[in-house]
Amino acid sequence: MTVTSAGGAGTEVEKRDDLVTLTIDDVEISVPKETLVIRAAELIGVQIPRFCDHPLLDPVGACRQCLVEVPDAGNGRPMPKPQASCTLTVAPGMVVRTQASSPVADKAQQGIMEFLLVNHPLDCPVCDKGGECPLQNQAMSNGRGESRFLETKRTFAKPINISAQVLLDRERCVLCARCTRFSDQIAGDPFIAMIDRGALQQVGVYEHQPFESYFSGNTIQICPVGALTSAGYRFRARPFDLVSTPSVAEHDACGAAIRVDHRRGRVMRRLSADDPEVNEEWISDKDRFAFTYARQDDRITHPLVRDPGTGELQPTSWPAAFAAAATALTRAAGQDGGGVGVLTGGRLTREDSYAYSKFARVVLGTNNIDFRARRHSAEEAQFLASHVAGSGLGVTYADLERARTVVLAGLDPEEEAATIFLRLRKAVRKNGQRVFAVASHTSRGLAKLSATVLPTAPGGEAAALSALGDDGEVALDSGGILMVGERLATTPGAYTAALALAARTGARLAWVPRRAGDRGAVDAGCLPGLLPAGRTVSDASARADLAAAWGVPALPSTPGLDTDAMLGAAAAGQLGALVVAGVDPVDLPDPAGARAALAKVPFLVSMEIRASEVTERADVVLPVAPAVEKSGTFVDWEGRPRVFEQVLSGGHALPDVRVLAGIAEAMTHLSRGLGFRTVEQARAEFAEVWFWDGARAHAPAVDAVEGPIPGTGEFVLDTWKLLIDDGRMLDGEPYLLGTARPATVRLSAATLHRLGVVEGDQVTLRTQVGSVTLPAETADIPDSVAWAPEHSAGVRLRSSLGAGAGDLVTVSAAGGASAPGSAGRQGGQA
Amino acid sequence: MIVDPLTPVLSETWDAERSWTLETYTDAGGYRGLEKALTMAPDDVIAAVKDSGLRGRGGAGFPTGMKWGFIPQDDEGAGAKPHYLVVNADESEPGTCKDIPLMMAAPHTLVEGVIISSYAIRASTAFIYVRGEVLHVLRRLQRAVQEAYLAGHLGADIHGSGYSLDVIVHAGAGAYICGEETALLDSLEGRRGQPRLRPPFPAVAGLYASPTVINNVESIASVPMILERGPDWFSAMGTEKSKGFTLYSLSGHVERPGQYEAPLGITLRQLLDLAGGVRAGHRLKFWTPGGSSTPILTDEHLDVPLDYEGISAAGSMLGTKALQIFDETTSVVRTTLRWVEFYKHESCGKCTPCREGSWWMVQVLRRLEAGQGTAEDIDLLLDMSANMAGRSFCALADGTSACVDSAIEYFRDEFVAGMTTPAWELFPYAASALHAPADTVGASR
Repeated sequence: MTVTSAGGAGTEVEKRDDLVTLTIDDVEISVPKETLVIRAAELIGVQIPRFCDHPLLDPVGACRQCLVEVPDAGNGRPMPKPQASCTLTVAPGMVVRTQASSPVADKAQQGIMEFLLVNHPLDCPVCDKGGECPLQNQAMSNGRGESRFLETKRTFAKPINISAQVLLDRERCVLCARCTRFSDQIAGDPFIAMIDRGALQQVGVYEHQPFESYFSGNTIQICPVGALTSAGYRFRARPFDLVSTPSVAEHDACGAAIRVDHRRGRVMRRLSADDPEVNEEWISDKDRFAFTYARQDDRITHPLVRDPGTGELQPTSWPAAFAAAATALTRAAGQDGGGVGVLTGGRLTREDSYAYSKFARVVLGTNNIDFRARRHSAEEAQFLASHVAGSGLGVTYADLERARTVVLAGLDPEEEAATIFLRLRKAVRKNGQRVFAVASHTSRGLAKLSATVLPTAPGGEAAALSALGDDGEVALDSGGILMVGERLATTPGAYTAALALAARTGARLAWVPRRAGDRGAVDAGCLPGLLPAGRTVSDASARADLAAAWGVPALPSTPGLDTDAMLGAAAAGQLGALVVAGVDPVDLPDPAGARAALAKVPFLVSMEIRASEVTERADVVLPVAPAVEKSGTFVDWEGRPRVFEQVLSGGHALPDVRVLAGIAEAMTHLSRGLGFRTVEQARAEFAEVWFWDGARAHAPAVDAVEGPIPGTGEFVLDTWKLLIDDGRMLDGEPYLLGTARPATVRLSAATLHRLGVVEGDQVTLRTQVGSVTLPAETADIPDSVAWAPEHSAGVRLRSSLGAGAGDLVTVSAAGGASAPGSAGRQGGQA
Repeated sequence: MIVDPLTPVLSETWDAERSWTLETYTDAGGYRGLEKALTMAPDDVIAAVKDSGLRGRGGAGFPTGMKWGFIPQDDEGAGAKPHYLVVNADESEPGTCKDIPLMMAAPHTLVEGVIISSYAIRASTAFIYVRGEVLHVLRRLQRAVQEAYLAGHLGADIHGSGYSLDVIVHAGAGAYICGEETALLDSLEGRRGQPRLRPPFPAVAGLYASPTVINNVESIASVPMILERGPDWFSAMGTEKSKGFTLYSLSGHVERPGQYEAPLGITLRQLLDLAGGVRAGHRLKFWTPGGSSTPILTDEHLDVPLDYEGISAAGSMLGTKALQIFDETTSVVRTTLRWVEFYKHESCGKCTPCREGSWWMVQVLRRLEAGQGTAEDIDLLLDMSANMAGRSFCALADGTSACVDSAIEYFRDEFVAGMTTPAWELFPYAASALHAPADTVGASR
């Protein structure tokens, strides 16, 4: 399946003058030079059977299944032996005969197929791959009906774990090396390799290092037999019983196309879909395996309203819940009500965000809305308003692949945007792209990109970006791309510096948020100074334009409060109500303060999928649908709308759009409600307001400030979230969590020495708020910086330390001696 | 015409006292070829080797000088990368036993050849990849290299010529496939030895993705004499397209097994005369011209010239000139099984036909050896063989097919007998032993 939007890209066929003309099965065809014969044959509709061949992996020619006859190599002479069409490139005048027209090729292929089945267990009736198996299918299409092999098959112990998630059945393996090549070439995690030889050759692991890859699930999908299976799906379903629905991954801002396979209302597995413009055929393990969060026991099954008598949340009907919310919100939004604030998180679709944006302005009469459930700044809001909102498709994956130079700032692609990581790695490997990173140290992902780290302590990003313009080594120019992550918001002046750098060098600038809904929220105007499609609150004509479109007399003209300010106002008793959708206080800049604010605010409405810290404190809880139970659009970091349809139906939860419409319609002072009820209606209305050619916000102009100077014993903290961490959207998948990277504190070798600890020993990060203890790991990090994951292995850095990136902490050895069973990997300790 | 058919050149000093030392080698005129080469332009050295008509002695017979000429010598692209010479000393083919005696008895012949060859292709590092099992050879070669360094034949600025060369003796780890040149390169780089995809060819992207010449020990060891005595001297020997002399290794049921150095084109009949004939009281049944991977021949082929063209015309290959002699006590089914077992054991596993075909063939051949074959087995073996030969990634499977096909071609009856009678009854195995008591001989057919 391919979800492609026209995307404004030219539909005209590119003219090429480097075509090679050859003849395959008597059909003349012209293809670009360097094309492999197996690919050229596909273009005339001939499928040559194959196992090791994969269009995105380097050719290997190992399985020999794709043999063809070459009566003329293009030089008038025949090639004496059948050739593997997966390694043979086309030549002008070449004549190729496949199994379709050559008895020699056909016999060669049948011979190989028979050999492949010699040591294959033929256990299709109990194999997960049965029914969708290239070996099974091609044995039927290009093999003998009956085997002549009567003797003893090779046997192995079944199955072995090559990671917590991936299981290997060596008997089924046809040794095509797709998995090992994927791991080595695409993911850059060569932890599996072929070992032993002859018929005993097998996929092996390095005993001292498990197959810890964020992309390991792709090996299962490209395995042409049932040799690789996932612990979560093994023996759970038959492919022909599954219903497949194309969808989009909801875990990051990459917009990866996926296929959701479900059976009787239950998602059984997710696969990568094939979208050459976005994720090609690869997805991260999080996109693949993290879907069980939507069916945990703490799903909210009914609308809940807090009983004034008992103080408990009581199940109620939708109309009653809508009425309760409408009444309280009407009061809070009215005169002397104190006003309402709307906090939307990163999980929302663009339709949902648009509904919240309109709900805030039209129903609540406020600009108090902010999607940023993380550290944020006014500079960032200004940057988003001026350069992201309503800008449509900008830098694309294809641009990334072509770029000569890519500079990353405030972004660790492997952890925060895995699809971008894979595309960059491809560009580095195939096109010699150079990657530079404004970062504190070379993370594993950066190492796999052969990235040059421009060592920068958190807080120093603005200065580092400013200096880049004069860096002859980086030599950023119009052939380069500057990718900035949302973490830059923590450094004053960093977005300003990034814009200046892009302007000076001609490099293109792309903003990469972490969550799937973030870009859509910007486009929908979920910011206190921003309206949909890049209109600004401060622009009267923009307000008038939108008011006309919405059929209301006027829109609120006072800029709203941002997340911090709303929570601050709520904590100070200055806000009448809060509407919170998909925000986890643990992610907020000040979790303790946020919890206090949620407790303090007179009326709290929570739109949530599962019970949370917000629902605990809410007065009305409205169960909303997870992505799999609704349709919607995620806008990926490129600005590409990724529309997806509802996979599962019959659930008890409603889309946020419908919930907001219900509340609006219960408000007696509104004649028209929200103006739409369904996702499709919201999408259509958004399309109508999408056009805006009026003024945009001004670019931010914030001076850089010097970062904190650590005193004796102090370190600047650096932190970000790992791809597989304690996030709630990974709940219920223990096998996936088993492949998480160990949580460590990364320190320089000199620091470790000074602390008197070795790698693996426990160290403690401490602030006045509290402390966190984790094993130490050496990194090429400045001596003054300490890195720790924000949300892994039970650590809640922000809650425990009250600190984030750029703040000061102290580091000390915890108890001196190395703790037994520490997560460190010390050599020599078998 | 040939009065004394033997031409000891490579083996000239093998019977000398402490033949392996630098002193012995130098006293016999060693390193004069190097002296001469260093006065020549590298391209002229290549030209001399081309003119000599020397062809690769590792089996395929590719012209050595031409191979050297493929190395790009320009200053851009691949030519700008370092060049490497790699000597394939991973001699592992069943029956083949020429390089190991050569390195044992006269390692300096090889070392001198390495220096001249490296000079010609403009390599400043050369590797000798020695089969790991032959530790004694490894030690002798290492000592020879050390002696060459001490004598100034190796290292920086060799004899003031401005040319510098380092030679590294590398031990393999016991895989027949590493005799395949690209698998050897992978192994040398520290990877598993499995053949590489071509193109790119080693001449452009070989060791460390740099231009690389890979030559057999005997080919390189032949170079010093060519330089010293001239290409005409070399090309005067041998036949029209197979010039020079070479080592023929006789083994098996022969009175005096060993190395016989003679011009190309000599016949097995002549060599057997020199070797005292087939084991006394027995007659020739079949033989391999160049190791187990070359199709077997029979007593019909005693007068086939042992050069590249002659053997090819007889339907086999000259290969490594490892002449394994089998007399009439030998079971062809058993011999074929042993060979195929070897190929099964040594198949690297990369490609399907070799990996699975050899696994299957062994099982069918075991059945035939035990007299339990089925009526379909011969056709099955031939069909399997056809599905392997020319369909695999490298030539290893071609060798498997060759020995099976030729065995059935010449001795089909024995395979037919395998459907009813165990091979050990038809050919009591003790009778094939070299020192079999005379009374077991009569039991043979």
